[in-house]
Amino acid sequence: MSDRASAPAAATRLVEQVRERATAGEAPRRRAGWRSAVAPVAVLVVLAALPYASVPLPGVLPGLVNSPGSMQLLALCLVFGGVALSYDLLFGRTGLLSFGHALFVAAGSYTAALALARPGVGLAAAVGAAVVVGVLLPLLVGAVALRVTGIAFAMVTLAFAQAGSILVLRNPGGLTGGEEGLPLNREGLPNLLVGVVNAPYRYWLALAYLALCWAVVAWLVRSRVGHIWAAARENPERVAVLGLSVYRAQLLAVLVGGLLGTLGGVAHLLVVGGATPSLTTSELTLGLLVMVVLGGAGSRWGAVLGGVLYTYLDNRLLELAGSHAVAGLPAVLRVPLSEPTFVLGALFVAVVFFAPGGLVGLLRRRIR
Amino acid sequence: MSTFVLLLATGLGLGALYFLVASGLSLIYGLMGVLNFAHGAFLAAGAYAAWWAAAGGLPGAGGDGWGFVLATAFGVAVGAVIGASVELLLIRPLYRRHIEQVLVTVGLGLVGVALLRGIWGADPLPFPRPEVAAGVTTIGGAAIPNDRFVLLVAAIAVLLGLLALLRFTRIGLIIRAGVENRSMVEALGIDVRRTFTLVFALGGAVAALGGVLGSVYLGSVSPGQGTSLLIFAFIVVVIGGLGSLTGSAVAAVVVGLVQQLANYYTASGVGDLSVVLLLALVLLVRPGGLSGRAAA
Repeated sequence: MSDRASAPAAATRLVEQVRERATAGEAPRRRAGWRSAVAPVAVLVVLAALPYASVPLPGVLPGLVNSPGSMQLLALCLVFGGVALSYDLLFGRTGLLSFGHALFVAAGSYTAALALARPGVGLAAAVGAAVVVGVLLPLLVGAVALRVTGIAFAMVTLAFAQAGSILVLRNPGGLTGGEEGLPLNREGLPNLLVGVVNAPYRYWLALAYLALCWAVVAWLVRSRVGHIWAAARENPERVAVLGLSVYRAQLLAVLVGGLLGTLGGVAHLLVVGGATPSLTTSELTLGLLVMVVLGGAGSRWGAVLGGVLYTYLDNRLLELAGSHAVAGLPAVLRVPLSEPTFVLGALFVAVVFFAPGGLVGLLRRRIR
Repeated sequence: MSTFVLLLATGLGLGALYFLVASGLSLIYGLMGVLNFAHGAFLAAGAYAAWWAAAGGLPGAGGDGWGFVLATAFGVAVGAVIGASVELLLIRPLYRRHIEQVLVTVGLGLVGVALLRGIWGADPLPFPRPEVAAGVTTIGGAAIPNDRFVLLVAAIAVLLGLLALLRFTRIGLIIRAGVENRSMVEALGIDVRRTFTLVFALGGAVAALGGVLGSVYLGSVSPGQGTSLLIFAFIVVVIGGLGSLTGSAVAAVVVGLVQQLANYYTASGVGDLSVVLLLALVLLVRPGGLSGRAAA
């Protein structure tokens, strides 16, 4: 009995050992406890106040900061910041390379859209349905995929996501709308979330989603299971020898990451105003991977920064591509610049090569 | 009956196409532990190179006869060159950092496809169809388009060629030993890294061949076609057992047949889903795939 009781402590020691070795020679962690919440809360307050800022940011945003267009773009950025956080829970924190996260995001979007399409169903019921799917689907995928490790895990999750993508595109019984996707039925929604004028409320919704993801991830990585994740990422055999179930801990990671991703799908549906089949593709998952690595894997700031920056660039570069400045360039420059994926992919490769800690790692090095 | 024979032939042709993509993936993974997400881009690049050559970019190449063979050879050469240079420039500096290597190939896949789309547009371009592939052969009352046989012959030739290379040459010996235990081979004083470049070049060449023949089969070439094939090729590689060539061949045939038959006899899309189900099943029963090697 005493062995079992001391096992978590031993896992903590393992993580501590791992952390000590990984950060050897670096300055000790500066902040602890409540003070580590100061910066996120400050950023949250600033972001929450943005809809009151009637200032133009020429070149950065289309129109005023609180214009509907800018609010829409920023809301989308925040949603993907949250989804990137949910993906980082698997990739950065637990070391699970999943290629199936798109499945969960799409499941949330489509479940909520289908629920809202029924007369008399409100937002709460739609979110409830999405939560049920967001618990069951990750449990199923995780239970099967976690029987294998490493690259094989990536392949199984990819296969599941591909199955979802095929299902959505084949449009069984006219349910998913095939390539057209599903429009958002706004009858069951509260008035505050409907209409161009109410873009700030959708922005706040996206911000609330991001804050939820942040809080859940921050709480979990400091909890007991968070230590098991970190230790199993470095050495799963040793954690297993200590009498702890790596399988159960990792299944919990898939469950929480999947559930947050599903909720991200719901937020995406409300912000964009429809469920699109592009959410189901492996490109979305690869995009999430790019976001997390770009910003810095295993770091909350990194995942959020990566998600926001990627979404922002993906949208703004498309406008840049159509601008006169690019059209006047010679073909050697014009062709790559007209493809946002090219710019983002090249940036991604550069980060993998020259800044293994992502942009956040780069900033931290600069500060020290 | 004739429908069944046609489905069988189409399934085998599809399996052959999967094998062409999967064999390179499997070899690269087996030796280097790198899952190459840029493989789809290699494939598309080879197909576009052949298309460009056949459309008059290369003197002597054309859409038919020996001209098409030349165009195909050009596409395959481009695939090999791209594979080798990717290994030399991008994979080698990240030696033994597998996750980073996978990430680089992911980025490369995005960049490659985006570049092709930027140059030739996102819409499919009509691909030349040589005389040999355009005809039909009647077997058991079924008129079977010849492109299936072209795919099959190419896949069998590649399988036999690669097996012979592995079995009878010095470089094949090093590759086989490297797949088994790379550190040991290095300890014996053999520079395994040179074979890495070769394996990448081989993988790129075979993927390009798959791209060209796949485009003949589809009648068109588009930037994204490699990526959609890649996912099924991954499934084939995992079912066959990572690093096993014959395992991949068997799995490719099984996957191609299951997909075709289920798609026809039940509903469109069921075949694709049953392939995914098959993957889950194989991994549950034999986590190492058909060939039984542990997939770590």
